[in-house]
Amino acid sequence: MIFYEYEARRIVEAAGIPVTRYGFCQTPEEARKIAEEIGGPTVIKSQVLTGGRMKAGGVKFADTPDEAAQYAEEILKLEINGHMPVGVLVDPKAEVKQEYYASVVWDSTAKKPLMLFSDMGGIDIEQVAEEHPDHVGRGHISNLLPVGDYEAKQVIAATGVTGSQLNRATPILAKLARLFREKDMILAEINPLAELTDGTFVALDAHMEMEAEAEGRQKQLLRKDLGIAEEDTRDSYVPSEFEKNVKEIDAADHRGVIQGKDHGFEGNLGLVIGAGGGSLTLTDAVRNQGGKPANYSEIGGNPSVAKACGLAKEVLKKDGVEKIAVMMSIVSNTRVDIVARGVIKACLELGKDPAETIAIFRIPGAWEDEGNKILDYYGVEYCDRSVSLWDAAGRAVAKIQEGAGA
Amino acid sequence: MSNETMDGVFIDIELDEPAASDPELAKKLEEVCTVGIFKATESGTEIIAGQLDECVLCYLCEQAAPEGSLRIIKKYEDQ
Repeated sequence: MIFYEYEARRIVEAAGIPVTRYGFCQTPEEARKIAEEIGGPTVIKSQVLTGGRMKAGGVKFADTPDEAAQYAEEILKLEINGHMPVGVLVDPKAEVKQEYYASVVWDSTAKKPLMLFSDMGGIDIEQVAEEHPDHVGRGHISNLLPVGDYEAKQVIAATGVTGSQLNRATPILAKLARLFREKDMILAEINPLAELTDGTFVALDAHMEMEAEAEGRQKQLLRKDLGIAEEDTRDSYVPSEFEKNVKEIDAADHRGVIQGKDHGFEGNLGLVIGAGGGSLTLTDAVRNQGGKPANYSEIGGNPSVAKACGLAKEVLKKDGVEKIAVMMSIVSNTRVDIVARGVIKACLELGKDPAETIAIFRIPGAWEDEGNKILDYYGVEYCDRSVSLWDAAGRAVAKIQEGAGA
Repeated sequence: MSNETMDGVFIDIELDEPAASDPELAKKLEEVCTVGIFKATESGTEIIAGQLDECVLCYLCEQAAPEGSLRIIKKYEDQ
């Protein structure tokens, strides 16, 4: 889940990291009031879940409360990259001496959080890392052991920062690392982290992203501290009927797990795929061999027949879907016969012939022989682990292309 | 296009009398089945048709019933 800047600021603030005296509002009048309370020049920032705010005119500098209200009115009506703002953030214009960058990101290769710090803040960290690699400090932290301030200090010191700047920035990065772990973030970024002319450090902007699977155990933060409604999924697009239906089917039964996405897919080959990275590999394998997937999906964790059937039915009901490919990497706990029953039942319930509709069935693993008996009975083409994911995807693509050429 | 659900496409269960009318056996079957195929009633065992295809072939029901009185039929196998 992605957070708006004003929410990210609250998270940062609650972790004990200094922030400016900002205010979030949804009307020009409220913006005027906040600007009056701040009592000086302000920055009015659009609250949207997309980048490029400055370029689009979503960030403006106001010298007076009247100007703040006027800019707030303009920004509240301004659509940026298809997103309308949920409000504006009114921030004092800070007297900045130097801008720094501080973040903690999930390193999926090392499977640990990674602290990053740079003394060149305010710009993209990727650009700094490429053009000035010696200005980026890095250091992993443990997933379990407490985060020590010395770990943050090492990362900052690697960029050449010393003295009082090092001492003031250290607890900020350490607190950011702790909140990253405690709040199940996959990104916790402060950019810029500003050193003001009086020598103090404040977070001028923050970006937070939480692991979607952690939402259940972060209810205190999401529902109570930030007041985010349960139905506010922060999806970057409106979910399709297919996506909503698959989600409902999954939620209705605790056994196994299914997911389905079709945003951006308009093909004729439905995919019922999964297992240990199998979905991504198989989607690529279909596409790279000229196939046109109608959807993306994930199925695993030994779902019930009803759940496998439900997913396959939703895929088959999509406009333009001619056949489905049922493919997984080698499965351990997911039963092959149960998935076979599910997908065949989906075909039958929709009045389709499983032998014609299922282009290929490749799920090697638990109860494979039993699954093969079912597939044999209904005349569905299947293959075992001696056929690679790539080749299985290729067979499905060839079959649907043959059909189109006939 | 049909959008109805079908019961017992793959699995059927046969339970002979008098076992089917035994309320004690009904309770036992309801307890051992992990996918809810059996429901205990005052008059004996009710088989929930909508759950038949969820059968995981554990055969605990066959073991719980008097020998030979309960049979799991795999409809996709030649009988």
